[in-house]
Amino acid sequence: MTGMQHVPGEDRGKVILYALSTCGWCADTKKFLTGLRVEFSYVYVDLLTGAERDRVVREVERWNPRLSFPTLVVNDAKAIVGFQEQEIREAVGA
Amino acid sequence: MPDAASDEEVDRFIQGLVEEAEAGGYHINPDEEFTRGLVRGLLANRGRYGYISCPCRLASGNREDDLDIICPCDYRDPDIAEYAACYCALYVNAEVEAGLSAAAPVPERRPPPAERRRAKEERATAGPAPGGLNYPVWRCRVCGYLCARNEPPETCPICRVSRDRFERFM
Repeated sequence: MTGMQHVPGEDRGKVILYALSTCGWCADTKKFLTGLRVEFSYVYVDLLTGAERDRVVREVERWNPRLSFPTLVVNDAKAIVGFQEQEIREAVGA
Repeated sequence: MPDAASDEEVDRFIQGLVEEAEAGGYHINPDEEFTRGLVRGLLANRGRYGYISCPCRLASGNREDDLDIICPCDYRDPDIAEYAACYCALYVNAEVEAGLSAAAPVPERRPPPAERRRAKEERATAGPAPGGLNYPVWRCRVCGYLCARNEPPETCPICRVSRDRFERFM
């Protein structure tokens, strides 16, 4: 399983979650977003390979030079690093 | 999804982890579901890379570049001291272990990729032991154990990590 996965929900803008398939905080963030019933996409960067992985890594680094996970990008404008419930809630207006 | 390890394998791994942690004065996160998820991640990484790199960090697959994030990582002890838990929250302090407080997300202490590349180059050019010392001094990057001998020990006698986790201290 590679590439971007889509979770249907209420449209609150473009919400992209960069995550690792093995990480507990990433799982909590994904669960939290799902619970908020917002539409979002997520990608497990550790499962990507080759050129696709390089491309996505550069994408994450642009928002978060530490390249840490989860990194949540809302509307190509705001990045939230880590499982920050309050910040996420505010960014997606839920 | 992590490559599936059996429940039995996960239980066995956690039991070993708890015994070793407690013997060394460390504590494993008492949140069973959360810890099981992390251990599944560790086992998945062992299957992928051959070593248990941190489940909450992106491994390169090159052991030398990932040494600092092989569990227990180089950042565990300072993170427990400052935030009551390590970055992925597998290890916690005594208070969290006793259920008196909960583990919360910890900011990333690992330097960003560019800084790590620079540090690696500097290490490669480290000089000989300073004058007056009969032996070089080695430091365990994980727990800080120091020893003066020609080579670091095969296994850290304090925290059990492998020889390649030692750095030249003096």
